[in-house]
Order: sequence, then structure tokens, then C-alpha cells
Amino acid sequence: MNKNGKLYFEIDGKPCYADEGQSIIDAAKANGVFIPSLCHVEGVKPAGSCRICNVKVNGRVMTACTTPVEDGMVVDNDIPELIELRKAIIDVLFVSGNHFCPSCEKSGNCELQALAYRYQIMVPRFPYEFPLKDVDASAEHIFHDANRCILCKRCIRTIMKEGKHVFAYQGRGGEHLQIVMDKELASLLTEQEAQEAMEICPVGAILKKEQGFIVPIGERKFDKVPIGSDIEKQ
Amino acid sequence: MTEKIQSIIRKYSSDKYRMMDILLEIQELYHHIPEQAVEILADQLDLSRVDVEQTISFYHFFSLEPVGKYAIYLNNSPVAHMYGRTEVARAFEEEVGISFNSATVDGLIGLWDTADIGMSDQEPAAIINGTVFTELDPAKARKIIQGIKEGKKVADIAEEIADKIYSKGLLRTMVKNNIHAKGSVLFGDFELENALRKALDKTPEEVVEEVKASNLRGRGGAGFPTGLKWEYCRASGGDEVFLICNADEGEPGTFKERVILTELPRMLFEGMVIAGYAIRAKQGILYLRYEYRYLKEHLESILQGMREMNLLGKDIAGKSGFDFDIRIQLGAGSYVCGEESGLIESMEGKRGEPRNRPPFPVQSGYLDKPSVVNNVETLCKVVPILANGADWFKSVGTKESTGTKLLSISGDCKNPGVYEMEWGMTINEMLEMVGATSVQGVKVGGPSGNCIDSTHFGRSIAFEDLATGGSMIIIGEQRDLLRDFILPFTNFFIEESCGSCAPCRSLTVILRNKLLKILNGNGTKKDIDELYTWAQMGTTANRCGLGQTSANPIITSLDNFRNLYDDLIKTDQDYLSAFDLEKAVAASCEVVGRVPNIESH
Repeated sequence: MNKNGKLYFEIDGKPCYADEGQSIIDAAKANGVFIPSLCHVEGVKPAGSCRICNVKVNGRVMTACTTPVEDGMVVDNDIPELIELRKAIIDVLFVSGNHFCPSCEKSGNCELQALAYRYQIMVPRFPYEFPLKDVDASAEHIFHDANRCILCKRCIRTIMKEGKHVFAYQGRGGEHLQIVMDKELASLLTEQEAQEAMEICPVGAILKKEQGFIVPIGERKFDKVPIGSDIEKQ
Repeated sequence: MTEKIQSIIRKYSSDKYRMMDILLEIQELYHHIPEQAVEILADQLDLSRVDVEQTISFYHFFSLEPVGKYAIYLNNSPVAHMYGRTEVARAFEEEVGISFNSATVDGLIGLWDTADIGMSDQEPAAIINGTVFTELDPAKARKIIQGIKEGKKVADIAEEIADKIYSKGLLRTMVKNNIHAKGSVLFGDFELENALRKALDKTPEEVVEEVKASNLRGRGGAGFPTGLKWEYCRASGGDEVFLICNADEGEPGTFKERVILTELPRMLFEGMVIAGYAIRAKQGILYLRYEYRYLKEHLESILQGMREMNLLGKDIAGKSGFDFDIRIQLGAGSYVCGEESGLIESMEGKRGEPRNRPPFPVQSGYLDKPSVVNNVETLCKVVPILANGADWFKSVGTKESTGTKLLSISGDCKNPGVYEMEWGMTINEMLEMVGATSVQGVKVGGPSGNCIDSTHFGRSIAFEDLATGGSMIIIGEQRDLLRDFILPFTNFFIEESCGSCAPCRSLTVILRNKLLKILNGNGTKKDIDELYTWAQMGTTANRCGLGQTSANPIITSLDNFRNLYDDLIKTDQDYLSAFDLEKAVAASCEVVGRVPNIESH
């Protein structure tokens, strides 16, 4: 514990400080260290579902979004073993969905694509599965495409209408689980709410209608700098 | 319908945490959860429809489509197939006139595949409207369907086709116990209340100390020290604490808890009372897997009897201020609910997705209160420990594994059933005990455990060597180990994954497809190497025990049966595509009336 009442910990040897109860991923961000994640939303109870933020805490693999910092903690983040694991999970997500970056409305703003670029993944190591997935375009302002969904649960945890969840899991298991949209609640979403839902989705599974290519590809968030640069620049 | 559904919801005080009970009643009443019920539930519990449906769609025994007035769930585990499941399934299909995983148009009969139902010692077995049918053959299957068509009650059909009916209070069943070895701990002298009185003479702290001194470790598989778990829970403080008994044994090949619940329920409940006293819980909950629903009335009557004896309720056994009672919570068919935090989520009426840790259940469990989740066998063992002392318990077994272990042994052996044996017994001794010869391998601890070949048979069954929750599947030399065990066990993990963690959900599918490529004769050495490398990835990346062990069938069979894989691959080629051009063009060729001419291209 240092003099300001903050917890002291280290990430890859870098001295860092955290508030009591702060998760490793949030504390890392505050200290200018990028830990990649596809399911974490700051301020929302962590899901620990994408497993990309796995770090090593005192030698043990733990998700940085669900583990609170403890005083004196030693965290490994940017080490070959974890980079390999993260790349493998990114590969898994690419082959178990149908991702078509060149024509996707989210290209350049997509966190999955951006992580693949950051880790210099040219092609997934696993064979593509080309699963059959559903598309739901029934609501006025919002569009849900399960082909591009990585089942991260961000929408389930954050998008509410009338105090109820708009999105939910359906089914279980490796071949049947998907996220579905409540048709009734989705039809009530305003343009603004549809926009927020699109922004919370890390990939192109939730889209606001009539929005697709207003900002041209090439001028989007991750087109010019790799994901995480804003955190590391601090 | 509206009135009926509303009264069910009212019965559970419109409490969304009792969603499992509400859905179970609706499912049993209508043989599915009708759309109208989903609407009413969403409305009354203030949830969105998709929120209600996400719980329904998580559980095997809930269905949004009608499953049939007589819903036949036939076990399709590898062990069931060893005993002739294929022929039984065919007989059902012929007699009903439909394929499995569908229901007749008139809604009378449904045929459904189901994962292991805890009857591996008497397969093929099925559950029909909650009643268990065992040791089926094609003739019995036909007789069941005839009985159904004649409008008979399921219980009457069971009595007709059973070789023998076993009766115990409210329980009438054709399920056998098959207890082939009684040890000194579980099946030693037991006198109800004896251990409890000794416990109540001690302080709760002293009871925890006694259990810690016995070195009792969790019998569900993970082997966590029981006394320590209790101590952690006590340290969490809080005015409300729960004791939960995990009777959701879903590991294929295990059925020991079924036998305990049938034969020793008083010992189990006494163990729960002692544990409740030790951790200061007022409420105990037995989470009973739906497959064992047939035991519920029997167990309820035992609980009632204990209430009448003042062994449950207020001021138990005359101990002023010690109040404790037990209720039974039914599951609805999900392997991952056997994981303690998945079980807690399910008890709260949600999908049984294991939680992130920390916090651990002993800190924040059921309804966010400190909760201890102990296995059935573990809680039973607390009773003889308190009755006879920790030293007595430690005199049996090995240093790290004290006491005895109840094993569920099935597969290729003369006497499948449960055996209470001392920890430390070798696999060779076990095989001799059960009458198994010409053994190719043993699946120790079920699919999530190890798959060992004969070079390991000298090893001993203990936490320090071959740890196991108790499932032992013996695989004879005549069996196709990869196709009939490793492949279906991998499919089992794909099906049972809650889906929350990306690697568990999707990597297992990738592994299964790679395994299929090899099994289909399209594999090379490169495929085996990749299979092994990829299989290792999920072990640390996933949240819960299921995810971390979902690749174990593949990993352990590659470790111990590499020759079986080597025999399947093409050694003269470095790479083979799994793509089958002839198959890919078959449909289009049929349309235009051509014969695929692959050879010339």
C-alpha cells in the first residue's frame, strides 16, 4: 500500500496503482497498460466470457476483468504464452461465426477485427465452420445478425427497455447457443437507443438501420491506429 | 390455461428466483411450456420474453415445443450403447412410427435422446414422465408402447414390464441398488441421531475442527477439504447462510448418489443437519437432478419423518435456538449445474452458468449469501466422522485420501454397481473385484477424467494418484474406443457447455471436427499434432471445471492410446483435405441428372 491509500501492483514489471476493489483490467487502463477484451464494459458487472483478457496473476491464469487488484500482486500480461492464447481465442471466434470484414458495416470500428490486426493475424489457424445463423431485421431501427455475433454478452448486460433485457441467450452448447432480440422491446427502441446498442456491440452483430457507410472505411476508429493505442499513449 | 398458470406463479409468490419450480410444474402439466405461459411469466415476473426463454432453453427437460403426453427420454450415453441401446431405440421407433427427437402428430408419444441418467449399471434405461425404466430390450420397448396406446398409466406399465419392483416407503421402482461391496464408513453401523447428539454436545467451531482433523475431502471430484470450506463460510460472517447439498451427479458413468439417496437418506439428512449446525445455516437445500425425480416423494417423506422426530425444525434434538430445515430443489437436465456456482444460479431460477470467482460461494453464494455446497457422499461421511471421531476415519484410506470412496462401476464387467472401498486400491484390484477381463482401458472419473490403458492399471485410486468423483467405465478390448467413447464424450461436452466462455463453447467443436477428420480416414500426422496442441488451449482459459476438462477425452486418449490414432492416418501424405468434392456436388448433380465424374478432374 502506498501513501495515497492506493494498492501497489505490477504488470509486466511496470509499477501500477489501483483503488480498492478495482479490477485488473480497469486499473491497467488507468496506468496506461492495455489488456485486450471483447466482453468488458467499464462500469458494468464483468461477464468474463470472452476470456481474451486472461492474464497471469502470481503465475495463475485469471481473467483481468473479474479479478480485483490486491496489494503486491504481480501480473503478467504481454508475454508470449498469453499472446498465443489470445490469438487462438480470436481465431476461434472468427471460424465459429461468419465474419466478412470487407463488406461489414462495422469494419474499422470492429474490435474483433482490430484485435486481429493488432496481433497480426493473417488467417485463422482453424478451419472455418460456416455455421447457419439467423438474421432479425424485424424492428424499425435496429438489426441483429447472429452471423457476426461473438456471444460476448455486452448487449445482454447493458441494453434495457422499460427495465427489461432486450437481448438474451437462447439455447446452450457449442452448436446451438445464440443471442436473440426481444421482438416487442426491440421495436420500441428509439434511433438513439439503436445507436447506443450498435456502439456497445464489439462487432457487427447489432447495427442501426440506414447507417452503414456514412463514415467511409479508411476513416474509422481503428483504421489508422491499432486498438489500445489511446490507452498506451497516456 | 391462464388461470392455471397464474395459480402456479402465485404458489411461488411470483418470485422469479423460484422460476425452476414454476417452469417444472408448467412443463409437467402441459408437456411443454406454451407460448401463452411464457407471456404470462414475463408479464408477472416483470421480465422480457427472451429472458424467460433463455432459462427454458438452457434445460434439457424444458421445451417450448410439445414433447408428448408420454415423453420417452432414452439414455444415449456410450455405456447405454454397450448394453444394446441401438436395438432398443430401433424398437421404439418402429413401434411408434417416428424417429428419435420428435413427437407424434397427435401429441401422444415423444422419443428423445438424453444424456446419462445415472443408470449405467442397468442400461439401457429410459425416463418416461419421471418414472425410470431399466434393463430395457426391444421386447420391453414394444410392450411399453403397447401399454401407452392402450391408455395405461406409466406406473402400471412399469410394474408390468419389471422383473422385480423394489419398494421403500413411498418409493416403488424397478431401479436396482446393485451394492456389491459395503465398506466400514458409509455402510458401517448407523444409528440415526447418534452423531447429531455428539455434534450438538460440541460447539459449532469444534464440529468444524473435527471434520478438518478427519481430512475429509469433497467426494464430487474436486477433492476440496470439507472442514476448510466450512471454516471459510463461517469467516464470511453474515446473518444468513445456506447449506446446499449437490445431488446433481451428471458425470456420465456415475450413479452412487442415486444409491445413497435410496438407501441412506437419513444419514445424508443427518449430515446436512450437522453441517448446518457447524456453519450456522438455518436453511438446507438438496438440489436433486431431474433424472432422480422419481426419488422426490420418497425423500420428502423421510424429511417429514425427521421433522416429526424433531431432527429438523425448531430447537432440533432439544438444542435450544438451533433451527434448521431442508427443502428439495429439482433441476431440469444440465450437466454444468453440477458445478457449485452453476448449481446456485440454477437454484435462483436462471441459466446454470457457472459464476466468475472471486467471490467464491462461501463468500457470496445463493441469493448472494455465504453458501456451502457439498456433495451427497461428502455430507454422509460427516455422520460416521462425528459418531466415531476423526482418528477412526483417518485410520482408513491413505494419508491424503482418508476414509472410503463409493465407486460407480459400469461397462465391460460381470458385476456393475456401487462399491465402497478404501482409498488406495489399485485399478488391477478393482478390475478383479468387479470381474473384468480383457480390458482395453478404463475411463477414470467419467469423460472429464482420465482415460487409461493397461500400463496404468497398477496405479492407485486416491487423490494423490488417480483422483475420481467415482465414475469408472470399463472398456473391453472388443470396443472401438475412439468412435464409441471419445467422440460421443466430446459431443457430450459440446452439448452441455453453457456457452459463456468462448474457448469451451467453440474450441470443443473445432476439436470434434478434427477428430472426425481423422476417424473418417482423412487424417495425417499433422492433424494428430494439431489436435493435441489445440486441445491443450482450453484447459487454462475457461472459467469452470467443465470447460477446463472438456478436452480431456481427446487429450487423455492421445496420451494413452496414441496407437489407435496412428492406425487411422495416412502416413504417405503430409496434408489431406477433409473436403469431399463428390459429396459437395451430389445435390446439384442429382438436380441436373448427372453422375459426378470426379476421377477425370
